[in-house]
Amino acid sequence: MQRLLFIIQKEFIQIFRNKGMLPLITVVPIVQLIVLSFAASNEVKDVNLAIVDLDHSQYARELVHKIEVADRFILVDFPPATRHGDERLQDGTVDIVLTIPPDFEQDFFKNKGAAVQLLVNAINGQQATVGAAYLSTIVRDFNQEIQQDVLPVRRLAAGAPRIEIASSNWFNEELNYQYFMAPGIMGELVTILVMLLTAMNIVRERELGTIEQINVTPIKKWQFILGKMIPFLIVGLILLTVGLTAGKLIFDVPFRGSLWVIFAYCLVNLAAVLGLGLFISNISDTQQQALLTTFFFVIIFILLSGLFTPIESMPTWAQYLTVPNPIAHFVHVMRSVLLKGSTFGDVLYNFKVTAVLVVVFNVLAVSSYRKVV
Amino acid sequence: MIVTNDISKSYAGTPALAGINFSVQKGELFGLIGPDGAGKSTLFKILTTLLRPATGMARVAGFDTVKDYRSIRKIIGYMPGRFSLYQDLSVLENLTFFATVFGTTMAANYHLIEEIYLQLEPFKNRRAGQLSGGMKQKLALCCALIHEPQVLFLDEPTTGVDAVSRNEFWIMLKRLKAHGITILVSTPYMDEANRCDRIALMQEGRIMQMDTPENMVTSYRKSLLAVRTNHFYALIQDLRNNPTVERVEPFGEYLHLTSQAEMDPQLIHDYLLARGHTAIEVKPVTASIEDVFLDLLEATPG
Repeated sequence: MQRLLFIIQKEFIQIFRNKGMLPLITVVPIVQLIVLSFAASNEVKDVNLAIVDLDHSQYARELVHKIEVADRFILVDFPPATRHGDERLQDGTVDIVLTIPPDFEQDFFKNKGAAVQLLVNAINGQQATVGAAYLSTIVRDFNQEIQQDVLPVRRLAAGAPRIEIASSNWFNEELNYQYFMAPGIMGELVTILVMLLTAMNIVRERELGTIEQINVTPIKKWQFILGKMIPFLIVGLILLTVGLTAGKLIFDVPFRGSLWVIFAYCLVNLAAVLGLGLFISNISDTQQQALLTTFFFVIIFILLSGLFTPIESMPTWAQYLTVPNPIAHFVHVMRSVLLKGSTFGDVLYNFKVTAVLVVVFNVLAVSSYRKVV
Repeated sequence: MIVTNDISKSYAGTPALAGINFSVQKGELFGLIGPDGAGKSTLFKILTTLLRPATGMARVAGFDTVKDYRSIRKIIGYMPGRFSLYQDLSVLENLTFFATVFGTTMAANYHLIEEIYLQLEPFKNRRAGQLSGGMKQKLALCCALIHEPQVLFLDEPTTGVDAVSRNEFWIMLKRLKAHGITILVSTPYMDEANRCDRIALMQEGRIMQMDTPENMVTSYRKSLLAVRTNHFYALIQDLRNNPTVERVEPFGEYLHLTSQAEMDPQLIHDYLLARGHTAIEVKPVTASIEDVFLDLLEATPG
């Protein structure tokens, strides 16, 4: 036991003697939290729009006006012909071209039903689909308005009841994207940093040759591994504390649930991530190898974590891949506990899966650490 | 104290050790002498339980290096060829750490390291990475001694260390020997061989000869002459063309000539004079370990 304490003490001395370490666990997370939370927004704003109005009727003008007042769009151009609209789409200056055909108004009055055309630049998937959806809503609303306006008799005769949809955003009423992003980013940051630090650790001892000296001592495997894990576990918890404090102070992120649940989950999560990091460290010969292997995992973990794109919209096979992903669980727990006030029981599933990961990763870590070649 | 029985080991098909047999008595200072790549470090790793031999077995203090590795690790001190202490820890922190790891304290075995530690003491709060080569080596020796090992393994401890520190180091080893510690040391420097009780000359994974340094030199039967003139390069050429000379090797400012038959210094002198050499000096010399080693190299096929 005394031996273990000494290994931990030694590890701490080394961690804090490393000049890059202190900024790495204080400044870096705060900066990342700020930059990413502001930048990583899924909100679609400022869709560049061109309208080709070939009708020039009163209704056409009204429709254009309706679109103009919607704050999502920037009307960049009124090309005189369809051809020009296509060109703007080609050179990328607009995201969507709305074409109002000639006889738009006439067709409407003739009761033939009027059509407009939407050409969408789908390279930027999010801008395109969400922008097009907004635009369709505007056109549909406009349609209903003029139905009411011009043909009240017909509408009454038909007696069609209208369904009004009123929506309200629960848990994040103002759809504040910082509220949404910051907790997730905290989880992601803690996981990545700790994984990286551990992955670099044992391999560093191997590169410097110190592991050879350690290996001829009576230190037991579990003492060595635990001696590596406990300091980084503590570093991870400090990191989370720094992140939560920054999130509260900078973004005023609501803390609706219990912080105990967050910290408890963080402990379990870190135990899993540390195991994985040590495993990577054990199977690598150089720090460079360890770094690249960690990157491989980190990128997959982040992209499949639900942090930036919802897990629900991933293909089924990818959704399965999010199950053994510690970051996905961390992001989920952070969001639901902080924003929604979830209790321990609500996130029990994440605890359970992560506990399995703890076992798997640590068995890998211990078994891959060999004192004898 | 150390016994090996036909140890072999290869790395990816290249043999590093091929049938090593040797034994070291308790309290002996035994030297493994050989150039880089002779297999010295591999042998050390096997004896310190870091590597499993492919064939054969080894015992340290009666314990099998594969089966009883735990027992061995408690009673040996190992100083790897490369400086392997924590460079970001101070001298004192390194010592305390290794003492604790072995379940002891610095105070308990201070008598063993006292002499060496006194030289380190002025730097005790300096990081190990910032020490000079000689100081690093002393610290490494201290760390290997801190738990009072029965056997000390020193893999090329004097490589990259200045001549004065090397000399000091060998004096320290003599003192440790007096404490009854068995010491196995390797070195690529032939001139250090005389400091050992017994030596084994290693080359390409084999032990070529094993004896006391004195016996090894006196058993050298060939005649040996040291020669120098003012034309060093031409001298090598000319002597190699002389039929009575078997081997010509540069030894500092002299050339060493070896021959199975007796060589007459006067004849060599005349031979060189006839080829236009001036300032000729020819003298008989007694063999050094290096002569023995080079001779053995020649005798070994391959």
